[in-house]
Amino acid sequence: MIDITPLRKEKGVRALLTQIKEEVSTLDRKINIMEVCGTHTMTAYRSGLGWALRKMGINLISGPGCPVCVTPDSIISSAVFLVKRYSGVILASFGDMLKVPASDGVPLMKLVPAENSEIRIIYSTEEVLKLAMENPQKEVVFLAAGFETTIPSIAWLLKRAKEKKIKNISILPAMKLVPPPLKAILESGEIKLDGFIYPGHVSVIIGSEPYRFIPEKYGIAGAIAGFEPADLLFGILSVLRQIKLGKPDVDIVYKRAVKPEGNPVAKDLMREVFHVEDAEWRGFGVIPESGLFPEKGFSAFERFDLKPEAVWESKGCRCGDVVKGVAQPEDCPLFKKVCTPDSPRGACMVSIEGACLIHFKYGEEVSFEGD
Amino acid sequence: MKAIDLSVGSGGKSMREFIERVVMKYINTDELRVLGDSAILNIDGQIAFTTDSFVINPIFFPGGDIGKLCVAGTVNDLVVAGAKPCFLSLSFIIEEGFPVEAIERILKSIRDTAIMAGVKIVTGDTKVVKKGEADGIYINTAGIGKVIKNINEIKEGDLVVITGSPGDHGVAIMVARGEFEFEGEVLSDCAPLTNLLPLWEMKGVKWMRDITRGGLASVLCEFGMENNFTVFINEEKIPFSPPVRGVSEILGIDPLYLPSEGKAVIVVSPDVKEEVIGYLKKNVDASADVIGEVRKKEKNFHAVLKTISGGYRILELLTGELLPRIC
Repeated sequence: MIDITPLRKEKGVRALLTQIKEEVSTLDRKINIMEVCGTHTMTAYRSGLGWALRKMGINLISGPGCPVCVTPDSIISSAVFLVKRYSGVILASFGDMLKVPASDGVPLMKLVPAENSEIRIIYSTEEVLKLAMENPQKEVVFLAAGFETTIPSIAWLLKRAKEKKIKNISILPAMKLVPPPLKAILESGEIKLDGFIYPGHVSVIIGSEPYRFIPEKYGIAGAIAGFEPADLLFGILSVLRQIKLGKPDVDIVYKRAVKPEGNPVAKDLMREVFHVEDAEWRGFGVIPESGLFPEKGFSAFERFDLKPEAVWESKGCRCGDVVKGVAQPEDCPLFKKVCTPDSPRGACMVSIEGACLIHFKYGEEVSFEGD
Repeated sequence: MKAIDLSVGSGGKSMREFIERVVMKYINTDELRVLGDSAILNIDGQIAFTTDSFVINPIFFPGGDIGKLCVAGTVNDLVVAGAKPCFLSLSFIIEEGFPVEAIERILKSIRDTAIMAGVKIVTGDTKVVKKGEADGIYINTAGIGKVIKNINEIKEGDLVVITGSPGDHGVAIMVARGEFEFEGEVLSDCAPLTNLLPLWEMKGVKWMRDITRGGLASVLCEFGMENNFTVFINEEKIPFSPPVRGVSEILGIDPLYLPSEGKAVIVVSPDVKEEVIGYLKKNVDASADVIGEVRKKEKNFHAVLKTISGGYRILELLTGELLPRIC
């Protein structure tokens, strides 16, 4: 096991900050960098580095890399319909997904399901398999939200269920790919970006090549970074140097985990079980070829005839703009006023990777002279 | 009798049998033996009085059980308030069908922990509810202690001390619930803090609070709120244990909010630093250390954390619920 504590410690972090400061000063302008993944947002703010960077002129903008946040209301309404109208269903999902305000603001977890149906929080897809085997008389539906990091485990689940002839598992597909929304952000031109910090764990699976169009077509710098404070700073430093040299690239500064080609086994498994289609995202609407859906024979979700009632919308919530990077959590009129972790009005205040929750918990500016 | 039935809570013959044959097998103080309506107690001077209910799930966990917890929890509330725990009450709410064997295990823990904490159980009550109306067993204890602390004014520059590694109870319960797979055993830190009592005799010991549901961060915020100071904490100095670090890392939980059941924060004046830390390391936990200091109120901040990476973070009270039924 690699000891990662040096990547957190003040000494190394200070040295990197000094280098970053020098690089920014030679560029002589404010730099906008989007950290695609919510975990990077967390790294920046939980370590207190977000504000230090801002002071130097580096503006971190949270991107669309929180699976719970980008899952559109239509998926959540389908889940609501499913558990309220079908009996004998077990709806399973990861905890945060079930805490998103759903029907009239009540989260899925707290809905009263139809008779003989239930809602279960799970921590791994293996548990879904177990649920199905232990409850052969029930239909287990997995609300499958996630990016390339979690999708291989969902593929594994469906493949395993097929091999074991477990027929009572299906998924409500909400799986998404990371590169397409980045293209959508660049195409829309709504925000001016100088660089990306690409997600570390997603890139472990997909490698660096799926982002290649970003430097090549849009001339934007980028680095794949790990999740320790120093990892993030190495990524930012790489982006700044690419900008200075005028050579945008997809640099891997997370070499202890990411290879350019990614993980071929996981990619093959995903290809075997899923195919790419257009998918709906919160904030973006439909993005072409951005979602994964099961191949025939892997999940008989069609058996449910879902006619979700009018989709519930949280009035005033700017989650959609936050995931696109168009708004910061502080720009939302609900943020910290009526929308808090105790009573979230939107997905971004629910998920631990949600920009609003992270800004709520760690976002207050602090710096002290002399320390 | 193998399982508790409704008649045990009836106030009649079966209840008396239950108390005499099961409860008093383990807890047999003079006051309890009387089986009167109230215990009559003698105590001089100022007293501290507290109560707490325990609904933990699971009832038995590595490092403790609801019995140990219900004594330690109330004892600790007295200790940190500057009182020497003297007497406890003990009330059960039991679900019909709960195994007597399990109650006996719990009673044994209660007895052992009470002996360890030097506290006497002097009165009690048992109620039984129908199957499904409670989950196994709930316990309430109330405690009376004799106040021994001196009043000392808190000042800028006072030091914030932690008595040991925080968060182990939270991790132990999460692992015990089997919510995720974890190799190796993590023990809860659940324990009575009576060996902190001698510290109250030192002049520079000013404030104490045990770390419970809201974790270390919440205790630090409470201090800042109550005393109109800001505490500055150095993250690097917080002695988290390897399982707490590991599990928080994997699950993305902030270990500053993980509950403990046998750890406390103490505010002391700098001139007794060596004495306090020396005592703690020798008698309480070798990982006890100074983790920060008291400064004048900075804006409206109650507690500020200097992170390992050198940045600053404001600490807030726990929002939402990290873990239900943790104590």
